[in-house]
Amino acid sequence: MHDIVGAAANFINLDTTNLLYLVFVGFVGGLVSGFIGSGGAFVLTPAMMCLGVPGLVAVASNMCHKFPKALVGAIKRAKYGQVDVKLGLVMGVSAEAGVLYGAHIQEGIKRSWGDAGSNLYVSMAFVVVLGIVGTYVLLDAFKTHKSGNADAEEKVTKLARWVQSINIPGTMVYFKSLNARISVLFTLPLGFATGMLAATIAVGGFVGVPALIYVLGAPSLMGSATELVIAFVMGMGGSFKYALHGLVDIRLSMVILLGSLFGVQLGAIGTTYVKPVMIKIVMGAIMVIVLFSRALMVPVYSAKLGLIQPLSEGLVKVLKTTSFGIMIFALLLGAVIILVSMWKGLRSEHKTVTKEALEHGKI
Amino acid sequence: MANKKSSKKKPYGKAIIFGLIASALYVTLLTHQGLITANFTRGGLLYALLPIATAFIFSFFHGTFTSTFWTVLGIEAKKKKEVK
Repeated sequence: MHDIVGAAANFINLDTTNLLYLVFVGFVGGLVSGFIGSGGAFVLTPAMMCLGVPGLVAVASNMCHKFPKALVGAIKRAKYGQVDVKLGLVMGVSAEAGVLYGAHIQEGIKRSWGDAGSNLYVSMAFVVVLGIVGTYVLLDAFKTHKSGNADAEEKVTKLARWVQSINIPGTMVYFKSLNARISVLFTLPLGFATGMLAATIAVGGFVGVPALIYVLGAPSLMGSATELVIAFVMGMGGSFKYALHGLVDIRLSMVILLGSLFGVQLGAIGTTYVKPVMIKIVMGAIMVIVLFSRALMVPVYSAKLGLIQPLSEGLVKVLKTTSFGIMIFALLLGAVIILVSMWKGLRSEHKTVTKEALEHGKI
Repeated sequence: MANKKSSKKKPYGKAIIFGLIASALYVTLLTHQGLITANFTRGGLLYALLPIATAFIFSFFHGTFTSTFWTVLGIEAKKKKEVK
C-alpha cells in the first residue's frame, strides 16, 4: 500500500506541451468513443506513460476520465433515442464484477510472472479477442457494404434470434433496444466478459458492442450507444477502487476530459449522419489494426520471460516504437473516417435543406 | 424553411456562461495542483470521493459547454434521423 501511494505521489509536471498533447489525444479518443461507444481508451494509458506517468496512475487516471466522458456521451446519444438505459445498467453491473475479477487475475499473473508476464497476457488477450471479434465485425461490415443493403434495416443474427426465443421463467426482462424479452442469464456472462476485457486491455467495448449487436440483437447505433452506459458504470466503480488507494491523478483525468468531451459530443452527433454499417467499419478497422500493434509486442515480452531467444536492444526499441505508432494510426484512422462521413452527411443535409427551401420558394 | 433555420437562435449566452464556469474550474485545478493532488491522493473512503465528485462537476459544466459549443458552430444532429 505504501509503495502504491509512493507511486501516486510521483506526479509528473504538467507543462504546456504535455497539456496540449493530452487534450489532443483526449479529443481523438473522445471522438471515437462517442461514435462507437468505446475504443479511445486503449491509447491513453500508453500515451500517459510516454510522459513518465507510472503505469498504475495512468490506468487509474484514464479510468477516472472515462466514466464522465461515457456519461456525457450517453446523455447526448439518449437525446437521439439511441440508448437503452435498462440494458446498459443490467450489463454494467455484471461488467463491474468482471472488472474486479479481471483485475484479480491480472494481480495473480503479475505476482507469478512479473511485469513481462502481465504484459504478455494483456498482449495475447488483445491478439486473440481482437483477432476473432475484430475480423468478424469487419467481414460483416464489408459483406453489408458490398451487398448494397447498407441502407436497409439491420438483420438480427440467427444467434440473437435464438437468444430472444429462449424463455427461462423468472429471469425474463424486456429491453427496448431489442424489442424483445430476453433472459438476464444471457446478459450476465456478456457483461462479465466486457468487464474482464476492460480490466485487461482497457476497452471492454470491443466485446461489449459486438455482443450487444450479434448475440442480443441490438441495432448497431443502439448497441454502441448503450455501451456508453456500461462504460460509465464500470468506469465509476473502477475509479473509486483506484481512488481508495490514492492512485488517481485528477489533473491528468480532467485535462484529458477537456479534449475528450469536445470529441465525444462530435462523435455522438456523427452517428446521426451515417449509415449503421459505419459503426461496424470503424470499430472493426480499429480492432484489426490494434491487433497488429499488440502482436508486435508478443515476441518482446516472450523474450523477457525466456520463452524465446533474447532480442537485441535495437530490435526491441523498433518493435515498441512501431507498435505504439500503429496504435496511434488506428485511432487517427477511426477519427478520420468519422469526420469524413460526418462531413459528407452534413453537406448532403445542407443540400437537401437548400433544395427544399428553393422548391418552397417557387410554390 | 431556410429562413426559419437560419433565424433559429443559437445559444450564445449559455455557451459563454458554461464556458466561463468550465474555464474557472480548469484554472482553479491547474493553479492549485499541489494542494489538490495532495488531498485527492490520500486514499480512504472519504478522500476517494473527491476525484469522483470532481469528475461529475467537470462533466456537467464542461459537458454542457462542449454541447452548446458545437451547436453555436452549427454542428448539430441530423434532423430527420430514424432510429429503430
